[in-house]
Amino acid sequence: MSYASSFYFTLPEVILSLSGLALLMVAAFAGKASARIVTILSVAALFGAGIFTAHLLSDPAFALGGDAFSGVYRMDAFGSYAKILIYLATIGILMVTQRYFDSTGEYRPEYPVLMIFGAVGMGMMVSAVDLMTLYLGLELSSLSSYVLASYARSDGRSAEAGLKYFVLGALASGILLYGMSLVYGFTGATDYLSILAAMSDGLSGGMLFGLVFVLAGLAFKISAVPFHMWTPDVYEGAPTPVTAFFATAPKVAAIALLMRVALDPFGAQVDAWRQIVIFSALASIVVGALGAIGQANLKRLLAYSSINNVGFILIGLAAGTQAGAGAMLVYLAFYVAMTLGSFVAVLMLRDGEGRQVETLADIAGLSRSHKGLALCLAVMMFSLAGIPPLMGFWGKFVVFRAAVDADLILLAAVGIAASVIGAFYYLKIVKVMYFDEPAGVVAGKGDAASWVVLALTTLFVSPLGFLLTIWLGNWTNRAAAALFFAA
Amino acid sequence: MIGIEHYMIVSAILFVLGVLGIFLNRKNVIVILMAIELILLSVNLNLVAFSAFLNDLVGQVFAMFVLTVAAGEAAIGLAILVIYFRGRGTIAVDDPSRMKG
Repeated sequence: MSYASSFYFTLPEVILSLSGLALLMVAAFAGKASARIVTILSVAALFGAGIFTAHLLSDPAFALGGDAFSGVYRMDAFGSYAKILIYLATIGILMVTQRYFDSTGEYRPEYPVLMIFGAVGMGMMVSAVDLMTLYLGLELSSLSSYVLASYARSDGRSAEAGLKYFVLGALASGILLYGMSLVYGFTGATDYLSILAAMSDGLSGGMLFGLVFVLAGLAFKISAVPFHMWTPDVYEGAPTPVTAFFATAPKVAAIALLMRVALDPFGAQVDAWRQIVIFSALASIVVGALGAIGQANLKRLLAYSSINNVGFILIGLAAGTQAGAGAMLVYLAFYVAMTLGSFVAVLMLRDGEGRQVETLADIAGLSRSHKGLALCLAVMMFSLAGIPPLMGFWGKFVVFRAAVDADLILLAAVGIAASVIGAFYYLKIVKVMYFDEPAGVVAGKGDAASWVVLALTTLFVSPLGFLLTIWLGNWTNRAAAALFFAA
Repeated sequence: MIGIEHYMIVSAILFVLGVLGIFLNRKNVIVILMAIELILLSVNLNLVAFSAFLNDLVGQVFAMFVLTVAAGEAAIGLAILVIYFRGRGTIAVDDPSRMKG
């Protein structure tokens, strides 16, 4: 494979890396005043990388994808689909961020630059077909995330969130890395195809240890139970736009990475990891649903909601089939829209002095004073609860259908039963907004950019989203097929 | 004769010490940073030992990448620690958290 085609296939990452470095220079020399222009340029760079990724995805000449840099990086429909989700989520968050920091004046041009570097790392994660590329991409995105979590310097909670995220994230990377060293030692290779070939001949004890360690490290990154403890604290402590970022882009990247690792190099030993994934899926659904019930803080509540959603996505992985992988990708698209929309709605809740409001009691009777905002948030909650005809239902439906088709009927039944528990607290938010006595805390209108993002995500999860399902189904089918093509 | 299994045992011991250092530590956060380094170095020992055993250079290249990332990770960890210390004046682990849970 020539260098020219390698660079062509990795061009989304190259564009983002170069613009990230250039914008870092602008940030260093122009200082704080350049924050706005750097944000706009970052959105433009992400948009450009996204357009190019869409070109790679839709051009029939690249339908089968291709390897870059002697097989450490693979451009295919799966990676491109995940990257488009990641870039869209990052663009949405960059658009709504600046307003949040207005009250403290802490918005600096480094913020969008960190997001761009995070997006580069995530792009590498979803395209990696070698353990080394995987590790570098994962660390690039994690290191940006640690800094972003502790970005609000005046807020003591932010530094604590950053420290907790850093310590537990580094521990997870260490566990993952130890697993990778064992996999390398016992299979003699770090690229996915050779690992697959070595594992097809049978699983030795060392390989099994490596596999379990790798899955445990990745379970931490997607905050699946039993490695979810950090999520509520970090989500509550980090600045709200950063929390929205953690719940969307890095989660998509980590889930896509887990899918590729589980189905490509470990694809010959599905039985070895299926039990672990089933346990983790059910435990995440139950813990996510039960943990959210008593929460008064909206960000903490959405953290448990994200744990709950990861459980549903893992059900598709437990199926271990192409249909299951496609269902996960459909669910991911709706998950990103629902989570982004919910967090943007929370971001728009401010009191009379422009301070952020984030407890459940403060949004009581919101429908009386802010009709549009309450309606959008209610649509998001109904969709997260999986109530038809909203698209959250469609995501759950395809995942459960894939599980039933793979003869995991018990798993699907328990999952559906547990999703009823989850519906309780989603509906509670709707009840508080529409039927409780107005608390009268929230004041003022949201800014235009937040309304654009909120309206787009609401339209996407509304029944109008069904118009997009043919197009979405087509992309997810191709992405899932690309995942199984290499195996 | 020292074989591959001896290296693996040493590396496993270092890894467990690192993990215990994070969970049992009641003193301060610097010790946690040291424990994280210990984990990454145990992985490096594993990689280099396997690389020599398999006659394959990939493991040593991987170890180089891990070293580089570990340096960046330590720098970011210390930077966050400085912000944390400025806010509270202490880096004790059992200082009550501002968030519940």
